[in-house]
Amino acid sequence: MAGLSLNQRAAVLSIVLLAVGLLIWEAAIPAQKAVGELTEYERLTGGGAPKAGVPAPSQVIAKAWEELSNPFYDAGPNDKGIGIQIGYSIYRVLSGYLLAAIVAIPLGFLIGMSQTAFKALNPFIQVLRPISPLAWMPLALFIIQDSEASAIFVIFICSIWPMLINTAFGVAGVRQDWVNVARTHELGNLRTAFTVILPAAAPTIVTGMRISIGIAWLVIVAAEMLVGGTGIGYYVWNEWNNLDLTSVVFSILMIGVVGMLLDSAFGILQRAVAYVE
Amino acid sequence: MSKPFLSVENLTQIYPDGQGGDLTVFEDATFGVEKGEFVVILGHSGCGKSTIMNILAGLADPTSGVVKMDGFEVSGPSLDRGVVFQNYSLLPWLSTLKNVTFGVAARHPEWTKAQVIEHSKKYLAMVGLEGDVVYRKPSQLSGGMRQRVSIARAFANHPKLLLLDEPFGALDALTRGTIQDELLKIWGGTEQTVFMITHDIDEAILLADRILLMSNGPFARVAESVEITIPRPRNRTDIVEHPNYYAIRNHLVHFLGQRSKEISGKAEGSDTNRPETVHIDKTALAADGPGDAPRRLRAVNT
Ligand SMILES: Nc1ncnc2c1ncn2[C@@H]1O[C@H](COP(=O)(O)OP(=O)(O)OP(=O)(O)O)[C@@H](O)[C@H]1O
Ligand SMILES: [Mg+2]
Repeated sequence: MAGLSLNQRAAVLSIVLLAVGLLIWEAAIPAQKAVGELTEYERLTGGGAPKAGVPAPSQVIAKAWEELSNPFYDAGPNDKGIGIQIGYSIYRVLSGYLLAAIVAIPLGFLIGMSQTAFKALNPFIQVLRPISPLAWMPLALFIIQDSEASAIFVIFICSIWPMLINTAFGVAGVRQDWVNVARTHELGNLRTAFTVILPAAAPTIVTGMRISIGIAWLVIVAAEMLVGGTGIGYYVWNEWNNLDLTSVVFSILMIGVVGMLLDSAFGILQRAVAYVE
Repeated sequence: MSKPFLSVENLTQIYPDGQGGDLTVFEDATFGVEKGEFVVILGHSGCGKSTIMNILAGLADPTSGVVKMDGFEVSGPSLDRGVVFQNYSLLPWLSTLKNVTFGVAARHPEWTKAQVIEHSKKYLAMVGLEGDVVYRKPSQLSGGMRQRVSIARAFANHPKLLLLDEPFGALDALTRGTIQDELLKIWGGTEQTVFMITHDIDEAILLADRILLMSNGPFARVAESVEITIPRPRNRTDIVEHPNYYAIRNHLVHFLGQRSKEISGKAEGSDTNRPETVHIDKTALAADGPGDAPRRLRAVNT
């Protein structure tokens, strides 16, 4: 081990942990089956069908192989490829998220620039922010009358707060010295906003965007379980109703992987706008 | 008497002192600067030099009083007044070159990108920054290099009034000398007026036409205006040979070491706070005949 770099040692350790974890999981499954009698619930739901147990990792891997080799098939409303389901979820997340960004970033700029605007809007933000986004769902469904748009609305409402607050703080915290540089060069308000304040506040703003996308991805699963139809959240729920736990475990992993990819995309953006004072 | 190019009238700055009271940094500061003049202001730390400079730049409003340039009241910053800030104030997300092109592009919106870059590189080279270094971020530069970028940014814009807040403070003696020479060259070749803050007495004598001396704060005043009666072009090695050099230097040292403290505090009863003009010239005396010691001090209230 001595000759390896820090990263290499960490990678080796990760692989070992994964292997050990999978082995323990694999080993635990048959034991559970052997001891386990059928529960009341299993008996009622068609008891002891081979799919009803917690799957072994080998089964999940086999499932993943099967799903990922044909991710985009569409065989009717209850049987779509994982790629299509994830695609729906990402579409909803990005729509709600982009709408939120379009509102939150300019509004955050305004709040950050003006003490009055901050003081005036702060009470609303403080009350609206802690509301669970799913609590809006009934109201959204009633008013919007469309489950698709309601899901997007829920994403919008949950991703707006971190972006709004971080933009406001980032803009308010821009060093006066830098603003003075813009002023001595007679830059107008708009040019100052884009060439000085935005780059100066960008790291804080992007941090807010990163938090938002994380929350949006958490919320979409729950929202889709409620509205149904399509999406990875619906898929999880549907497979649970089918008692196909292998698919449930597989889709849980996919949720994690997509969440990680979204987060690392923002990680890259964050590095791109970072600066050292 | 005609109005000077830059005229500062009854400038007073009061800040809250952080304990519910007021802190009068300086009161009724009144002085003028002629077009093309090089004026240096000397004073102890905290007497309000940077505050005066910010007001001249139009970045801050005084509690009372006015600043006029070319007959117009200064309200807000302008490209005609270039500033080298005490803490450099570079934009950390831009490269060295872009920090300068930022200013040049603002000054000359009609120039092409290539012109802007060429002009900026010329001024960076003038302060000794050439090659790869111009593509580095400020955080990757030394303190002295950052200061030079800030100087290049201000010089490149040829403002009518150049405001320099301790522009050479972080430089080593050698670089400092080179950039002082560059500053004199730029200033000599144009109609520019320079207003500079420094803590370095020798630098002040080398560069200035006139040195304004401030008493200690609070209630600081611009107490004296010392004329530097040493002909130009000046050269840092020859200047010390000039008969006026040590006379002026001693006067400044004496002021900063002793009198700035003695005369600090509220001025008693004087209605105008114009600085007393101090004219020290030993060359006239030397011609009269050597030996008679007392330094001739001509005080004129303008
Ligand atoms: N924004 C502010 N609020 C309150 N007090 C201030 C503020 N800015 C400056 N001061 C006070 O005004 C006084 C003068 O400050 P200033 O920065 O002008 O000093 P200076 O002469 O430039 O000193 P130095 O030579 O150390 O740079 C100081 O006592 C400082 O504490
Ligand atoms: Mg200062």
